[in-house]
Amino acid sequence: MAQKVTIEPVTRVEGHGKVTIHLDDNMNVAQSRLHIVEFRGFERFVQGRPYWEAPVLVQRLCGICPVSHHLAAAKALDVIVGAGTGHGLTATGEKMRRLMHYGQIFQSHALHFFHLSSPDFLLGYDADPAIRNVIGVALNFPDLAVQGVMMRKFGQEIIEHTAGKKVHGTGAIPGGINKNLSIEERDLFLHGADPLNIDKMIEWADSALQFFKGYYMQNRATIDDFAHFPSNHLSLVRKDGALDLYHGVLRAVDAEGNKILNDVDYQDYYNYIEEEVKSWSYMKFPYLKHLGKEKGWYRVGPLARLNTCDFIPSPMAQKEFEIYKAVTNGKPNNYCLHTHWARLIELLHSAEIMKDLLNDPDLLKTDLVSKGIKVHEGVGLLEAPRGTLFHHYKINDNDEITMANLIVSTTNNNEPMNQSVNFVAKRAMSGKAEITEPMKNQVEMAIRAYDPCLSCATHALGKMPLDIKMYDAKGNEIDHYKS
Amino acid sequence: MSETVKFTIDGKECIGKKGQYIVDAAAENGVYIPVLCHMKDVIPAGSCRVCTVKANGRNMAACTSPVEEGMSIENNTAELLDIRKAIVEMLFVEGNHFCPACEKSGNCDLQALGYKYQMMVPRFPYVFERRNIDATTPKIFLERNRCIFCKRCVRMIKDAEGRSIFAFKGRGETLEINIDHKLAANMTDEMAQLAMDICPVGAILRKEVGFNEAIGTRKYDKKVIGSDIENNHQ
Repeated sequence: MAQKVTIEPVTRVEGHGKVTIHLDDNMNVAQSRLHIVEFRGFERFVQGRPYWEAPVLVQRLCGICPVSHHLAAAKALDVIVGAGTGHGLTATGEKMRRLMHYGQIFQSHALHFFHLSSPDFLLGYDADPAIRNVIGVALNFPDLAVQGVMMRKFGQEIIEHTAGKKVHGTGAIPGGINKNLSIEERDLFLHGADPLNIDKMIEWADSALQFFKGYYMQNRATIDDFAHFPSNHLSLVRKDGALDLYHGVLRAVDAEGNKILNDVDYQDYYNYIEEEVKSWSYMKFPYLKHLGKEKGWYRVGPLARLNTCDFIPSPMAQKEFEIYKAVTNGKPNNYCLHTHWARLIELLHSAEIMKDLLNDPDLLKTDLVSKGIKVHEGVGLLEAPRGTLFHHYKINDNDEITMANLIVSTTNNNEPMNQSVNFVAKRAMSGKAEITEPMKNQVEMAIRAYDPCLSCATHALGKMPLDIKMYDAKGNEIDHYKS
Repeated sequence: MSETVKFTIDGKECIGKKGQYIVDAAAENGVYIPVLCHMKDVIPAGSCRVCTVKANGRNMAACTSPVEEGMSIENNTAELLDIRKAIVEMLFVEGNHFCPACEKSGNCDLQALGYKYQMMVPRFPYVFERRNIDATTPKIFLERNRCIFCKRCVRMIKDAEGRSIFAFKGRGETLEINIDHKLAANMTDEMAQLAMDICPVGAILRKEVGFNEAIGTRKYDKKVIGSDIENNHQ
């Protein structure tokens, strides 16, 4: 008899989601879907607000990566106030923002690895769920758990000293930043007592990476076999092809590494990307316009970034990047669980970049804001921890926002997450007489690899009514809920 | 030399000038009485009532009542503190105050009083009244959702000929703050900044400069509202 398996809530991810898996009469997986059950409304209720409020208002989408929204909105408004994109800011303005951003990447990646995903690796995906969590990690691997907490703390302190608060600060303003770094603040991060100094953070980031590599060597077959499928990959890269998480041009490659979006200016993103709405999720499905809905979907995030960039502009991370790329002979990496590896390389890179920035005297200068001739539209993109984040605003002559479009990292990964869920569900559950908890956790692991932020991803309002339908094995509708 | 009067506030012996409003005389004696509509040296409006004290046994607005010889004033009593807290709560529920994204946060007198009186959740139901914004003048973004009708802007912001740039329109539930578009067209940046600074909430915003004060440097980031008055006389 046909069955439906529901995994709800999906655990150890940011936000609320559920997975439904439809089994046919032979207990084979017929269809799996990741449903996002949250409902937000930021694109709508930011309309009518003064444009300079957007970086502070829209970041409330999220408590985990507000800095990404804060900065993406500020970047869009840089365009509006005539400061241009990327290099239009003062050196202090841009570098303070970069420090804030890399602090955010650092704390978010540390949070994901140590708190959310490490229980699967350290304790086993089939361990008792009662201990397969951050508490279990703390009890069994106390040193690692402390490192995770302190690395996150370091990143949060960087955010506090650049944005004003650890969560939901106000540092980035249109055209720049509202504070510089004092010598005392700088020295706190450069020479603070162990472990809260940048050298210790680099050491710990490297040690987390080495741990994962060791785990990978011992479990290579399992990791490689878990949800691998070809896909396109998209991210920003610096103009010279380097990994750059704050600013760059849009590049996409296919599963073979061919460029399918060739370093284009993101101010024109809407010429290249479109979003599809599906009836069963509050999250939209973006795709590359010229390839269409079926072939144009892509992945974003650490895996995608290390597939699109040519090199990493920091020595330790570059060395690790070369080892990582060798696994796939320089071709794009399409192994879902390698996302963790890529994320840890970025963790190390972020720490190295923060050290470079902290040693840069521009952070101490006082020329904070630049402005030019105001225009009525601006787009801001950056690489958030979970992937490419798009903010697009239009304003009227009265400085009120008239349009906002946000394509959030997790939204970009919507189709890949569904593909991964389907892949793992079929592999783990098809033909089995009983659906066990470890099987369900494997499905969650597939989602978790993308570090999705479901709260961020469901920001649209008035575009999709809540409409839920249930079907039996023959495709007959057996239940229907409509809001 | 003006005539002095002696009075007490919560038993503390104070000296003031004859005709001086209680709130100002109290401040000169190191006693803080909260205000939202009052500004020193401006004709009082007595509209918010958050300065309510008990003078000789009667509830009075400290911003409109002068001190008198021998007056016994109660200020920090449980009853008065609860009245003030209730007034702050009413102001919060009557408007649409969303501090997290308000650029006046940290510089806002209403928010600061909310913290001072430890307002966790208002005891009154939210009104969620729909109020229009006026963003059509070049220097000012008039955010009526946050207006508490203190009338500070009406009394203080005037052009070179003494004409008020702001005015009230309507009565009762339809009352709203308005800005004279012709006069506002000639406002200088300094006037716009002054209007924003004297507004005790975030109803008057100077355009294009929002959030330029870093967290940690704003008026109430590190000290409780009124503490400067109290500390100056220790």
